[in-house]
Amino acid sequence: MKEIQDVVKNLTDKYGSKRESLLPILQGITEEQNYLSSEAMLEIARALDISAAEVYGTASFYSFLDTVPRGKYVIRVCRTIVCDMHGKKQIVKTLEDLLKIKVGETTHNGKFTLLETNCLGWCHKGPCILVNDDIYTEITPAMVNEIINKYRNK
Amino acid sequence: METKKIKRVDFIFSQDFKVSEVLFNTFKKTRDEILQEIIDSDLKGRGGAGFPTGLKWKAAKEDKITEKYIICNADEGEPGTFKDRAILEEASQKVFGGMAICAKVIGAKKGWIYLRGEYKFLIPHLRKEMAIFHDMLHNELGFDFTIDIFTGSGAYVCGEETALLQSMEGKRGEPRNKPPYPTNIGLYNKPTVVNNVETLVLSMMVVKIGAEEFKKLGIQDARGGKLFSVSGDTPKSGIHELEFGMLLSDFVEEFGDGDTKAVQVGGASGFCVPRKKFDTTTIGYKGKLKGTSLPTGGSMMLFNSSRSMYNVLHNYLEFFAEESCGQCTPCRVGTQQLLKGIEAIKKGEKSHEYLEALLSLSETMKLTSKCGLGQSVANSFSSIVENFREEMIY
Ligand SMILES: Cc1cc2nc3c(=O)[nH]c(=O)nc-3n(C[C@H](O)[C@H](O)[C@H](O)COP(=O)(O)O)c2cc1C
Ligand code: SF4
Ligand code: FES
Repeated sequence: MKEIQDVVKNLTDKYGSKRESLLPILQGITEEQNYLSSEAMLEIARALDISAAEVYGTASFYSFLDTVPRGKYVIRVCRTIVCDMHGKKQIVKTLEDLLKIKVGETTHNGKFTLLETNCLGWCHKGPCILVNDDIYTEITPAMVNEIINKYRNK
Repeated sequence: METKKIKRVDFIFSQDFKVSEVLFNTFKKTRDEILQEIIDSDLKGRGGAGFPTGLKWKAAKEDKITEKYIICNADEGEPGTFKDRAILEEASQKVFGGMAICAKVIGAKKGWIYLRGEYKFLIPHLRKEMAIFHDMLHNELGFDFTIDIFTGSGAYVCGEETALLQSMEGKRGEPRNKPPYPTNIGLYNKPTVVNNVETLVLSMMVVKIGAEEFKKLGIQDARGGKLFSVSGDTPKSGIHELEFGMLLSDFVEEFGDGDTKAVQVGGASGFCVPRKKFDTTTIGYKGKLKGTSLPTGGSMMLFNSSRSMYNVLHNYLEFFAEESCGQCTPCRVGTQQLLKGIEAIKKGEKSHEYLEALLSLSETMKLTSKCGLGQSVANSFSSIVENFREEMIY
């Protein structure tokens, strides 16, 4: 893994080191390292010249900015009403059985984290899940297998 | 009661003209002329709240500060809404065009699209379209205005315009007090117009066809067409552009599955209308109409008789409890209490009279919460509890 100083430096070069650069930088780190480690947040605080508490306080507000270790692929199942009506529970159950983890957990090999999230904006095609930035709609338990295999082999 | 039969409209996705031509013709007019057209059209914001677009632009235009911004709100997080994503996928040039027209009127040189993190997959497409647009705008029209993308990170409340600004400034997405309004104190304290994706496209349509033509559609204070995101128990789920002012009973006849027991108008923060009120409810803004007229950001969720309205309400309350930013007590504590409250009644731990206490709690939240999130929980809460009382208890 690249040194955290280098990662932050690349991001501040790209987005600047003002306060308003904070979100893009936090997003950049999350993309590269799957989550925001304490070291990363301390380094950002130093680079932006703000307190680490400010960095943590901001990051912890956003559900996509994780401050605990996450898998390489974060699976987010939509739990909002329309997907719930169209079989979301079955999808969650299938994923839990397949990955042998519960919602909120990460597989031992660090490959997958399973989470629930709110309406993804594809209600007419529920149930749907987001795997990192990729969206899958109208999924069935059978499709879940295929989708997971695709990432397993990546 | 004035109503309209269901009529399909084709504004948003029609591709029968070139955005550059509309801009070319529009830019020949004065800023005041363009603004007047928008004001005359009675166009209201399509993000949910329905604020008159012309008045918003006017407030920003009149501010003496010279640096101004325009933000396209593409945070689309209201349960049951998915139309803004479709607009950005299929008609992004018109969104950019609407932003440029607003920029001309208020005098802005910089704009952003605030895109929810869930729609990150759209970025490559948007960047490509944006390059084409900028090339046209700068080189053919010689107009100095540039758009960029800012990505959200999974917080529904950031769709609220002042929370959105906080987030763009690198802070927690906690709504600010209003006033001052963003049109005077917005991003980096500069005058800022925040408009919904669909509103911006319609601004472009207004200047293209003229206010008079635009006003021929709709009723009274709800003019023009609207994109509806239709989902739930319906054989026709998807995006439909319809004229404002239809009766809910006509809507259900067109989109229902023959067994519709309730329609949630406006998402979790909107209202639940039971079958017996379908033919006295119109879809528009809360105007002076007789009967009920419901505003909506376009989310229409249909429920048939196999659905438990308790489960529906429970799902909404979990949503609000999770998405409350926690900044003010009525909303932070209220959402938790409503959720625990209906669970306790269902389990028989509390008597059904406790529902009255919960209803009055939701009223208090409406009056005392700081932003629209906490204020609107009562909409779905009271409309479900009052119309489906037995389902809450047994
Ligand atoms: C909790 C909450 C969430 C909101 N989410 C959105 C949203 O996702 N998109 C949107 O356009 N407006 C949203 N709004 C409304 C905005 O605050 C604002 O009124 C709107 O963007 C103004 O644009 P318009 O006048 O074109 O509708 C939200 C409001 C609240 C209170
Ligand atoms: S009403 Fe809710 S979301 Fe809005 S400011 Fe208060 S706590 Fe935050
Ligand atoms: S309810 Fe699942 S995408 Fe909207």
